Amino acid sequence: MKSKKKWLTILTHGVLISFSCLFIFPFLWLLDTAIKPIGETMKEPPVWIPSKFEFHNFWDAITYGSDKVGYIPFFVYAQNSLMLCTLVVVGRVISNSVVAYAFARLRWWGRDFVFALTLATMMVPFPVLMVPTFTIFRHLDWIGTYRPLWVPAWFGSAFSIFLLRQFFRTIPFELSEAARIDGAGEWLIFKSIILPLCKPALSVVALFAFMGTWNDFLGPLIYLLRQDTFTLAIGLEFYHSKAGGTQWNLLMAATAIVIMPVMIVFFFCQKQFIKGIAITGIK
Amino acid sequence: MNKRKESIAGLLFASPWLFGISAFLFYPLLMSLYLSFCDYSVLRPAVWIGTDNYRELFHDEVFWITVKNTLLYAVVSLPMSMILGIGLAMLLNSKVKGLTVYRTIFFIPSLVPVVSLAMLWLWLLNGEHGIINLGLGKIGINGPNWLSNPAWSKPALILMSLWGVGNAMLIYLASLQDVPVSLLEASELDGASSWQKTRNVTLPMISPVIQFNMVMGIIGSLQVFTEAFVMFPGGVPARSTYFYSMYLYDNAFNYSRMGYASAMGWILFIVIMILTGIALKLSNRHVHYGGV
Repeated sequence: MKSKKKWLTILTHGVLISFSCLFIFPFLWLLDTAIKPIGETMKEPPVWIPSKFEFHNFWDAITYGSDKVGYIPFFVYAQNSLMLCTLVVVGRVISNSVVAYAFARLRWWGRDFVFALTLATMMVPFPVLMVPTFTIFRHLDWIGTYRPLWVPAWFGSAFSIFLLRQFFRTIPFELSEAARIDGAGEWLIFKSIILPLCKPALSVVALFAFMGTWNDFLGPLIYLLRQDTFTLAIGLEFYHSKAGGTQWNLLMAATAIVIMPVMIVFFFCQKQFIKGIAITGIK
Repeated sequence: MNKRKESIAGLLFASPWLFGISAFLFYPLLMSLYLSFCDYSVLRPAVWIGTDNYRELFHDEVFWITVKNTLLYAVVSLPMSMILGIGLAMLLNSKVKGLTVYRTIFFIPSLVPVVSLAMLWLWLLNGEHGIINLGLGKIGINGPNWLSNPAWSKPALILMSLWGVGNAMLIYLASLQDVPVSLLEASELDGASSWQKTRNVTLPMISPVIQFNMVMGIIGSLQVFTEAFVMFPGGVPARSTYFYSMYLYDNAFNYSRMGYASAMGWILFIVIMILTGIALKLSNRHVHYGGV
C-alpha cells in the first residue's frame, strides 16, 4: 500500500512537471529569440544559447523604423494604452461599486428583476452589439477618439456588478442598521463602511478592468483611426504587418514588451488574481 | 429607514447601470434587430428590406463556410480544454508539494494578451523555422505547415487555446478545494476506490462549476476572433480559419454592409441562446447542487 502511494506521487509529479515544461517553454523561446542576433533565429538545428546576448534588440524593436517618415514609437502606443487603462479602471471601480451597493444592500422596486436581467446580459455576444454601438458613437461624432472605449466603463458592467454584489452581501447588515440609527445616510454608509471593508474585491475589479483593456484588440480596431492614437495591442499588430515576418528577434522583443506589464501586475497581485478568478465560478 | 426613502436611494445608486444597460445593451440590441431587416451602409440612412438579409445569408456560401469553421473549432477545442483543465486541477488537488508553483505555471499563459499570443505562436508554429516543427523533426515526425496548410490551421488555433487553459483550471481547482473532506473520507471508509471517489463524489460536487465553464466556453468559442484575425488575415489558408465573427466584422467595416452584419449578429445571439439552453438542459440531470 505504502509503496503504491509513493509511486502514485512520483507519477503525479512526473505528469505535472512534463506539463509545466510544455506550458513554460513558449515563454523561454520567446525570450531566447528576443535576445538573439538575427542570423541565429532561423538556424537549423536551433541555437539554444545565443552566441551574443543582444539586449539592444528590445530598444531596436521599440524604435524600429525611426528613420522613416510617419514613424510612431512604441512609447506613444504604451502611453495611449496606459491612459486608456487608467480611465477604464477608475470608471469601472467607481461605477460598479456604486451600482453593486444598490443591488446588495438596498431594497427597491424591480431590483431582483433588474439583477436577473443583468446576469442574462453576460450571454449577449459582442458581435451583435458591434454595428449599433458603432452607429451610436458615430452619431455622437466619437469615432477616432478614445471615448467609445472608456465612457461605457463609467456606467457599470454586468460581471463586475455581480462580483462586487456577492462581496458586499457578506458584510453584516447590522453594521448598516447601526449606522442608520445613528442617522447616517446611504452614501455615508457606502463610503465609510462598505468600501473600506471591500478593498480586496475592488482590487479584483480593477485588475480585471486593467487586463481587459490592455488586451482589448477589437475595440481599438473599430474605433481608433489615426496611427498615433493606437494602443499597444493594435500597435503590435501594425508593427508585425509593417516589419513583416522576417525579423523574428525584434518581433519577439516587441511581443515581450507588450506581455511584460501584465506579468508584473500578476506577480504583484497574485492573491487577488487567484481569488478573483475562483469567485468567477461561484454562482 | 422607511421603504420609500430606501427605494429612492436604491434607484439613485443603480442609476448609472440603469442608464448603461439601456444605452449600451438594450438599445443596441433592439437597434441591431431593426437594422438586420434593413439595407444599411452607415453613410446612407437605413432602408427597410424585410427578411432579404436573412434570405441572402441562407444562400451565402461564405456564411456557411464560417459557420462550419466556427462550429468545428468550438466542438473540438471546448471539450479538449475542459478535459485538460479538469485533469490538471485534479492533479493539483491531490495534495502535491509545490502546488503554488505549478498553479502559477499553468495559469500564466492565460494572461498573455491575445495579440501577443498570436505573434508568439506565429513564430513557434512557423513551418520552416518554428521550434515546434524542428522539435518534431528531431523525433522523426515531419511537422506540417501549420500556418499555410488548410488541414492544420485549425489544429494550430486549438493548440494555442489549450495553452490558455489556466483560467478555467483555476476555477476548477477552487471548487475542488471546496469539496468537503468528510465526504471523501466517508466514501473511503465504505471502501471506495479512488476512481469511484472521483466518479461518485468529486465530479458531482464540482458539477455546477463544470456546467458554468461549459456555458462560458460555448459563448466564448463561438466568438473566436482576434487570434485568427491576426494570425490568418482574411481566414487564409483557403478560408480554413475564416470564422463567424471575422466575416461579420468584414461585412460591417470592410464591405459596409451593416444590415447584413446585424442579421449575422442576431443569428449568432439566437444560436448562443439555443445552444446554452440545450447545454443547460442536458447537463442539468448531472449537475448536483450540494453546497459547493
